Amino acid sequence: MTDLKYRLAPASEMSRYCFPNNAVSGDASRCVCLIDSSTVEEINHIVHNGGLYKRPFNEAFEETPMLVAVLTYVGYGVLTLFGYLRDFMRQWKIEKCQNATEREEQKDFVPLYQDFENFYNRNLYMRIRDSWNRPICSVPGAKVDMMERVSHDYNWTFTYTGRVIKDIINMGSYNYLGFAQKTGACQEAAAKVLSQYGAGVCSTRQEMGNLDKHEELEKLVARFLGVESAMAYGMGFATNSMNIPALVGKGCLILSDELNHASLVLGARLSGATIRIFKHNNMQSLEKLLKDAIVHGQPRTRRPWKKILILVEGIYSMEGSIVRLPEVIALKKKYKSYLYLDEAHSIGALGPSGRGVVEYFGLNPEDVDVMMGTFTKSFGAAGGYIGGKKELIDYLRTYSHSAAYATSMSPPVVEQIITSVKCIMGEDGTNIGRARVQQLAENTRYFRRRLKEMGFIIYGNEDSPVVPLMLYMPAKIGAFGREMLKRNIGVVVVGFPATPIIESRARFCLSAAHTKEMLDTAHERTWKSWNRYSLHPK
Amino acid sequence: KRVRDTRTKLAPAYHLILEGILILWIIRLLFSKTYKLQERSDLTLKEKEELIEEWQPEPLVPPVPKDHPALNYNIVSGPPTHIITVNGKECINFASFNFLGLLNNEKVKSAAQASLKKYGVGTCGPRGFYGTFDVHLELEERLAKFMRTEEAIIYSYGFATIASAIPAYSKRGDIVFVDEAACFAIQKGLQASRSNIKLFKHNDMADLERLLKEQETEDQKNPRKARVTRRFIVVEGLYMNTGDICPLPELIKLKYKYKVRIFLEESLSFGVLGEHGRGITEHFGINRLSGQGYCFSASLPPLLAAAAIEALNIMEDSPDIFQTLRAKCERIHKALQGISGLKVVGESFSPALHLQLEESCGSRENDVKLLKRVVDYCMNSGIALTQARYLEKEEKCLPPPSIRVVITVEQTEQELDKAASLLKEAAQSVLN
Repeated sequence: MTDLKYRLAPASEMSRYCFPNNAVSGDASRCVCLIDSSTVEEINHIVHNGGLYKRPFNEAFEETPMLVAVLTYVGYGVLTLFGYLRDFMRQWKIEKCQNATEREEQKDFVPLYQDFENFYNRNLYMRIRDSWNRPICSVPGAKVDMMERVSHDYNWTFTYTGRVIKDIINMGSYNYLGFAQKTGACQEAAAKVLSQYGAGVCSTRQEMGNLDKHEELEKLVARFLGVESAMAYGMGFATNSMNIPALVGKGCLILSDELNHASLVLGARLSGATIRIFKHNNMQSLEKLLKDAIVHGQPRTRRPWKKILILVEGIYSMEGSIVRLPEVIALKKKYKSYLYLDEAHSIGALGPSGRGVVEYFGLNPEDVDVMMGTFTKSFGAAGGYIGGKKELIDYLRTYSHSAAYATSMSPPVVEQIITSVKCIMGEDGTNIGRARVQQLAENTRYFRRRLKEMGFIIYGNEDSPVVPLMLYMPAKIGAFGREMLKRNIGVVVVGFPATPIIESRARFCLSAAHTKEMLDTAHERTWKSWNRYSLHPK
Repeated sequence: KRVRDTRTKLAPAYHLILEGILILWIIRLLFSKTYKLQERSDLTLKEKEELIEEWQPEPLVPPVPKDHPALNYNIVSGPPTHIITVNGKECINFASFNFLGLLNNEKVKSAAQASLKKYGVGTCGPRGFYGTFDVHLELEERLAKFMRTEEAIIYSYGFATIASAIPAYSKRGDIVFVDEAACFAIQKGLQASRSNIKLFKHNDMADLERLLKEQETEDQKNPRKARVTRRFIVVEGLYMNTGDICPLPELIKLKYKYKVRIFLEESLSFGVLGEHGRGITEHFGINRLSGQGYCFSASLPPLLAAAAIEALNIMEDSPDIFQTLRAKCERIHKALQGISGLKVVGESFSPALHLQLEESCGSRENDVKLLKRVVDYCMNSGIALTQARYLEKEEKCLPPPSIRVVITVEQTEQELDKAASLLKEAAQSVLN
């Protein structure tokens, strides 16, 4: 490796991911920065801090190389030009127009889609549309079967050949602990409950939809998280979008991370509170916002804010980064604000016993005011939950939009969660849960290390089971996805607008169900797929 | 030589001096400090710290009184089927929306079991990322065929469907005309869309036409803007809050007259209205890509999709259940007329009725308490009912408190009569 030097990084060199020397807690925490001796491109920060962090926090977000950035812009430029050319040809009927068109009777209505909004859709997204919405026909475990589909008109329509591509290594599904199974204790319990209770509930929680199963689930989830009380909802997205408006309203302030999920953004918008964004995982930015908010009060009227709510996620699924929870909690305590932690990806996936990012950092769950999470990822079910103090949950039972208007969770899904939580906690009498959590951690470290050794640019924290591999160029998005599929590996590729325009990436989601052989196969085929386009990673 | 002379003739002295001064001034400006607007807060660090010390936020949530009606849920032990065990007592279920009685249907359950054996429970991802199963595609195809539309799309959460679909089409600057009695999910969808909302009186086509005419005159003032402003009408097939249906033919006329598109919310009317349960016909074409609750949320568990497909099969194979349901609705609607103190709100063929107090006792809280006593009376005698629950502070047009009566095909005629007579008794004893 290159010659590494250690020194305290001066302020001018700190990237947005650096932990500052003037620590929040006030005590002498040092930031030790490893700086590559040849260039200042890669800055790894290992924070040694006796005060806040009980373990090293190692995150890296390598800067985009200049050449790559330029080529990416050129790529988008070429695509845009071609887009205009094709639109022109379509307008003059040289090329057939495959768009959804209005019915004859409605031709003079105002069009549903503005031409420009749709430009991206028609000319860029359509070309690589086959990378998404791939239909599968088996349980989304470590290996999955996919229905083969072909397009004879450049992705405008698909036809199914009837063939099934079997045993694709699944690195796209959120199956962190491998509970997506069609056999086993969870599935059997769910089947029993299905035959006893049926598939639906047909009512809301406040009316006639509160089953004994729901009460059992909520008590169990509260115990699992280490909080006083919990409440479960039928949809993870809706948990955020329906409960944030119940907690804050006009006159309150929401401080939301730059890269928060759409559900958090929607919930914040629907609440009517003022929203301010702080830079991703950047504690100086957050502290500055907090200070300014309390000192200056509401804009124009200067009235003090009613309350301040900080919205963060446990693991950010596009970046693979983990929230700096110890610092956020220290800040929250200092400035008397409330913390809403969305553990959609981190519950079950982090922490020695799978209890999420709070356990990962060795913190007290009572410090987080609202612990939210979903059951979709690590528990192989569907839905979301919120955990916290009893007053909070009682309030949500009364005033949450979901409790009053949305149908309650389906009983077999509830049973799946109950069984999987018991398994993770070890209460089913086996060691399976613990073993899976450990296996996931090992898989994560191994996979990331190998990819880095191969020279790929990987974003995120070294303990995060979400591994974004940078592609950058628009053409590679489709190409990489297709090549990997040809080699029987399913990955997720993401581009604009889910990511910044030059930072398209492929995302690997690791699972406890992946064996070492599968990971090695994945490494080898990633290398081959990449090399097909003969551009060396670095 | 003469030419050279004129070219090299020196400029007048004052010109040079002026330019020199100008250059010196520019250099000064370039190097002088920028003029800063005075800091809005001239607070010192100490003052800032004091402010931070002093500020006390409100508690995260206000305390909820222990006897709040919405806090103490009914606990249902076992499945919420025709005979339901509520709070330990066995009752006939008049509260769950199980219109076609499919909740306990063996065929539906076995289809779901088969799916469970094949796929497990969850889908572990959104539709875009390996969360699309063949069951979803099949269900969408079947729904499209059943509803006689070009395409269909399923969401994993009923509330989220309309709340995501509306903002997918209607954006900032567009105009939406919505009925006053629209349900909460529609209201949230409208709020998320940031469009201009115009409420018209419930089922009042004259009021709607008035608003449309006003909009037309506005448009004539600014035709360029009008050409890009989309217009929508949002109505429900069968209103949850009032139990009546929207006048769809008149709406269609208005649609073509004023060039407005219709959003039809059919959560109650699907599988209820129409000869084959297709709901209020006339459906809206649907785009797959852009609804938020579709793109960013995990897809529907396959066992539920399989159950839905089987339910569709049943609906297609035995269309007589719709006649049966309608007959039962008419029966109980008639039987509930004339209860002193309570009035029936809803169409005679609506399977979800409301029973409201004829005369309010002054405050909503007291009305709710009174209705609770009626409900408790019925529950104690074996009929499970519930009050319609709303978020009182959040609704735009809060409906009056009411008891919800739900009719299903599984209820026998004796049970319907029993329910009606029990309600009469309850009203007598509680309200008089």
